[in-house]
Formats: sequence, C-alpha cells, structure tokens
Amino acid sequence: MSELEEKTENGSTDSLEMGVSEEQKAEGDSGIGAGVLFFIAAFAVCFLSGWLLFPNLLYSKKEQPFNFNHALHVEEMGGCDSCHYFREDGSFAGVPKLAQCVDCHAEVMGDTEDEAVFVAEYVEKEKEVPWLIYSEQPDCVFFSHSAHVVGAQMDCVSCHGHIGESTTMKPYEENRITGYSRDIWGKNIWGFKKNSWDRMKMDDCAECHEKETGSKGACFQCHK
Amino acid sequence: MTQQNHGNAHKFGMVIDLDKCTGCGSCMVACMSENNVPFKEDESNKKDSITWMRVYKLTNGKSFPDTDVCYLPRPCMHCGGKGDHGHSPCVSVCPATATDYDYGTGIVSQIYTRCFGCRYCMGACPYHARFFNWWDPKWPEGMEEYLSPDVSPRMRGVVEKCSFCFHRYQAAKDKAYLEERDTVAEEEYQTACTQACPSGAITFGDLNNPDHAVHQLVNPDPHHCGRPRNPKAFRLLERLETNPKVYYISEREWVRKAGDNYLDGEWEKAKMKKTKGHE
Ligand code: HEC
Ligand code: HEC
Ligand code: HEC
Ligand code: HEC
Ligand code: HEC
Repeated sequence: MSELEEKTENGSTDSLEMGVSEEQKAEGDSGIGAGVLFFIAAFAVCFLSGWLLFPNLLYSKKEQPFNFNHALHVEEMGGCDSCHYFREDGSFAGVPKLAQCVDCHAEVMGDTEDEAVFVAEYVEKEKEVPWLIYSEQPDCVFFSHSAHVVGAQMDCVSCHGHIGESTTMKPYEENRITGYSRDIWGKNIWGFKKNSWDRMKMDDCAECHEKETGSKGACFQCHK
Repeated sequence: MTQQNHGNAHKFGMVIDLDKCTGCGSCMVACMSENNVPFKEDESNKKDSITWMRVYKLTNGKSFPDTDVCYLPRPCMHCGGKGDHGHSPCVSVCPATATDYDYGTGIVSQIYTRCFGCRYCMGACPYHARFFNWWDPKWPEGMEEYLSPDVSPRMRGVVEKCSFCFHRYQAAKDKAYLEERDTVAEEEYQTACTQACPSGAITFGDLNNPDHAVHQLVNPDPHHCGRPRNPKAFRLLERLETNPKVYYISEREWVRKAGDNYLDGEWEKAKMKKTKGHE
C-alpha cells in the first residue's frame, strides 16, 4: 500500500484524532477564557480597592476640638486681619491664640455647645486650643504669607478655599504614613484639580510660580 | 522682587579677617544653636560630630621665638565651581538634586528630605564642609522645645552643611514684602556666626554689591570669577577653581600661603603672578 492509500484508509481514525485534539483545544480556549475572566475580576478588585479603599485606609479622620463658626465671627469682627494678622517682622500670625478670644469669651454668651466646650475646657483652664491645621506643610517647607498676600496681592480663597465664609469646619484627615494633612496632596486620586485650593503640593506651588514669576524657583526659596 | 533662579542678582559671601580671629569658638557655638545642629555625647569623636562652622588651628611650624598661630574658621564655601557657573563640586556629583546651586543668591542649598545619604558630596567637597548624620539627633530632655522652627531638623542618614543661615534671608524678605520694599538691606541679612564674633572678624554681604563691606574688603574681580584683587585676601585652594564665596584676609604671608598646597618655589611664582595681575 502506498502511503497515500494508507492515509485514506486511516482517514476515519485521523479525523477521530483530529476531533480529540480539537476538543482539547476548545477546553484550552475556555481555560484561557476563564483565566482572562479571573484576571479581569482580580484586576478590578485590586484596582478598586487600591483606588477607592486604600485612600480611605491611608487617611484617618480627626475631629477638631470644637466647631468654630467663621461666618459669624467675620461678621462680628469685620474682617480677617483682626485674627489672622501680620506681625511687624513680616511673619504671619496664623491661627489665633487664646488671648485673642478671651476679650469676648470670658463668659459664655450664647447657648451653643461648642461655645460651652470652648469656655469650660480652654478659656477657664487657660489652655491653648489644639487646632488641627488643614494647610500645614511638612517641617522642611518655608512658606511666606507676606510674599503672596502683600507682594502678589492674592486673596485667601485662592489657596484655602472658602474656609473664611464657612459656618462649620470639615473633618481633618491625616495621612497615616506621613502624618501630613490631606489638603497637601488633595482628595482626587486621579490628580485632577478643579479648584486652585484643592491641593498644595510642591508641583502646585511651582506651577503657579512658573506662570506668575517665570521661574519654578530654587530649592531654598520654599525649603528650610 | 522676582529675583529667582535666573540672572545673577546676588552673590552672598563672607570675608574672614584671620588677623582678628582669636579662635574663641563663638561662631561655632552660635552656628550650632541657630541651626539646630545636633551634638553628640562624645563631641571629641570627630568622625561623628557635626560642625557646620569649624575653627582650625594653623601654625607656621617654627619654634620659639618665631612661632606663630592662626585660627581659621571654615563654613561652607558655597563654591561657584569652575567658571562660576554653579557646578560646585558637591552639586555636580549629587545624584538626587538634594544639593543645588541657587543662581539668584549664589547659595548652595541642601534639602535634607531629598538626600538619601550616598555621601558623594562629602567625598567631592575639598573643604570638609559636609557632615553625615550617622544617628538621629538626641536632644537632652526638654531641649526640643528650644529648637528653632525656622530650620528643619535633620534625621539619620542625610548630609548637612552650612546654609549661610538662609532662613534669615527668608525672614528678611518676609519683612521686606510686608513693607513693600523690593530690597533687603545689608544689615537685615547677616549670618549667626557673623553677629556672634566678638572681634568682628567675620563680614557678610552681597559680593555683587559695591556698597557692601564684603565687596569693598576683597574687591572681587568679575573677569576672574571673583578672585580677590586685594593682595592680602585669598580663598582656600584657589587653584582648584572651585571659586568659593568665603574669602580670608591676613597681613601675614605664611597664612596666605597656607591657603593652598604649594610645591617648592610655586608660592614665589604664584605671588609674582598675583602682583602682576594687579598692575
Ligand atoms: C475671630 C477670629 C477669626 C476671624 C475674624 C477669622 N478667623 Fe480664620 N481662623 C480662626 C480660628 C480660631 C481658626 C482655627 C480653626 C479652624 O481651622 O477653623 C481659623 C482658621 C482659618 C483657616 C484655616 C487654616 C488651616 O489651614 O487650618 C483659614 C483659611 C482661615 N481661618 C481664613 C480666614 C479668613 C479668610 C477670614 C476672613 C474672611 C478669617 N479666617 C477670619 C479665627 C478667625
Ligand atoms: C468680637 C468678639 C469675639 C471674639 C474676639 C471671638 N468671638 Fe467667638 N463668638 C462671639 C459671639 C458674639 C458669638 C455668638 C454667641 C452666641 O450667641 O451663640 C461667638 C460664638 C463662638 C462659638 C460658638 C459658635 C460657633 O460654632 O462658633 C465659639 C466656639 C467661639 N465663638 C470661639 C471663638 C474663638 C476660638 C475665638 C478666638 C479665636 C473667638 N471665638 C473670638 C464673639 C467673639
Ligand atoms: C499662596 C497661597 C496662600 C494664600 C494666598 C494664603 N495662604 Fe494661608 N497658608 C498657605 C499655606 C501653604 C499654609 C501652610 C503654611 C505652613 O505650614 O508653613 C497656610 C497656612 C495658613 C494658616 C495656618 C497657619 C498656622 O500654622 O497657624 C492660616 C490661619 C492661614 N493660612 C490663613 C490665611 C489667610 C487669612 C489668608 C488671606 C489673608 C491666607 N492664608 C492666604 C497658603 C496660602
Ligand atoms: C497661585 C499662585 C501661587 C501659588 C499657588 C504659590 N505661590 Fe508662592 N508666589 C507667588 C507669586 C506671584 C510670588 C511672587 C511675589 C512677588 O514677588 O511679588 C510668590 C512668591 C513666593 C515666595 C517668595 C519668593 C522670593 O523670592 O522671596 C515664596 C517663599 C513662595 N512663593 C513659596 C510658595 C510655596 C511654598 C507655595 C506652595 C505651598 C506657593 N508659594 C504657592 C504665587 C504663588
Ligand atoms: C515653589 C516652592 C518649592 C520649591 C522651589 C521646591 N519645593 Fe520641595 N516642596 C515644596 C512643598 C510645598 C512641599 C510639601 C508638599 C509636597 O510634599 O509636595 C515640598 C516637598 C518636598 C520634598 C518632600 C518632603 C516631605 O517631607 O515629604 C522634597 C524631598 C523636596 N520638596 C525637595 C525639593 C528640592 C530638591 C527642590 C529643588 C530642586 C525643591 N524641593 C524645590 C515646595 C517647593
């Protein structure tokens, strides 16, 4: 028998064999399919937990000692600089000390619980309020309010948002690893910035400096 | 006041009159307390101790009655590098841009949080002006409260060095901004060592400003990267072309000669060249 004849004669077996191998292939295909599916599912789980869960784990929420009503006080005092003022040497006083409150708050005036806590826990005990500073930069950063507020005539809103007009304070979020405030790196995990005050990391400072002064600046301009 | 990382607006420098220095060490103490420099249990262990400003003792090597002593305070030289282009020995080797040259002030910055402690810069610095933190600083109980908030403290594993008290410049600029001035006066920005020196041996200011005392003392030559035109003034290891911003003045020839390593006969030639250059 020639080879050809042999092949024809064994044709059926051949096709049977083929059938088996095709079945095997199909099984392999569904195996790959399951693998891809598993991969996508696992990826989605990791991705979502990385992007949605992890930031929540990374940051711990802390409450301020008591609520402070900016809108009420600004109306009462007629401006920001009675509390947030510049000292004669050019430095910025920042968050006011207790001494700036006691003139009015020697005794409880209203009937809010916040004021009661404030007077009982801090004014009467002569203890400074341990405010948590949303915008606090790392130790190594030097920031100058006079350069921006006096020099560049910027308003507080462009960097701090509408804290000055608020009636309640947002919770303070602390990065568990670095201990820095969440306002430095911002909330948006994609890195999008809707408002100029959404975050204030090194690139945000440098971006504005490049635009406004033509240079990103030397390291020692913002570091100490 | 937008004198930032371009142009050569300022060039802060220091002139130290070695004939006035008594070696008392006030500058070292002032520097340490101003800059939160950590001290060690055993400060005599020089491999571990950190001295941004350090006073060295030089002698002329002669015996009595010709013996003579000179004390030489050594801060960071804030080198401009070859051609004064900002390629300081340390800056050019740093793989992390942790140390950088500020073209607006001529000051070599050190950002501790960026530094990862490879210590190339320490090897590159010909003046031994850089120090490594082998340990986290340990402050005696209660002393942490006394640290200056204007200078960030360092941690284990990073290099530190003299910054020409840059935080004082930041503070001076803050005040200038508030008063809507665009210049900082000479006396507004002075380093801690300058002000602590009881004999007035240290002078600090802007070498580019002819009104400043440092300029008048050394008369830097702008065509030779600030080489002093005052024949009594010199810079350490001038021939390396590191172009330091710290100048020394002495009437004594042996002291000036000690500012570099000369082979036999070289000093005579160097002196000739120097005097010729001034004709
Ligand atoms: C009665 C005094 C007082 C007045 C007036 C006042 N503030 Fe405040 N401000 C405070 C106190 C107290 C805090 C700290 C509590 C807090 O964070 O809300 C604060 C905090 C802030 C902060 C948050 C800083 C941070 O990063 O944590 C901003 C921003 C601010 N004030 C802006 C303003 C602006 C803008 C105005 C004027 C429209 C103003 N303040 C008027 C007392 C005052
Ligand atoms: C000009 C006077 C004045 C000064 C200064 C002042 N307050 Fe008040 N504060 C008031 C008045 C008026 C109220 C409203 C009291 C009421 O009727 O409930 C008030 C209410 C409050 C309350 C309760 C209401 C709320 O949610 O904010 C707190 C807490 C408070 N103040 C904290 C402070 C602190 C902290 C300071 C110092 C930074 C300060 N105040 C400085 C006048 C003042
Ligand atoms: C260019 C952006 C910018 C502008 C404009 C600005 N701030 Fe700030 N502010 C900051 C940054 C950044 C910090 C954190 C500084 C730090 O931690 O060293 C800060 C900190 C503060 C703090 C807390 C300081 C402390 O540690 O006690 C207060 C209060 C504050 N700013 C109020 C204001 C007020 C009021 C204005 C308007 C007059 C204003 N800021 C304008 C960026 C800005
Ligand atoms: C929205 C714009 C803007 C943002 C954001 C901003 N700056 Fe500035 N900054 C300026 C401008 C404009 C000047 C120049 C002011 C002048 O010279 O009149 C300046 C000047 C400075 C100066 C003084 C520079 C000098 O030469 O003395 C320092 C320091 C500084 N900025 C630090 C920071 C830091 C740190 C941040 C981020 C936390 C920051 N800035 C964010 C606009 C900005
Ligand atoms: C325009 C101001 C500005 C300049 C110029 C600047 N920085 Fe920063 N830098 C910041 C601010 C603000 C932060 C803190 C926020 C953040 O982490 O981004 C920071 C953070 C850092 C950190 C991280 C510190 C930490 O504790 O998380 C390093 C490292 C650093 N800078 C290095 C440098 C170096 C090196 C240069 C010079 C090449 C430089 N910076 C120039 C503003 C500046």
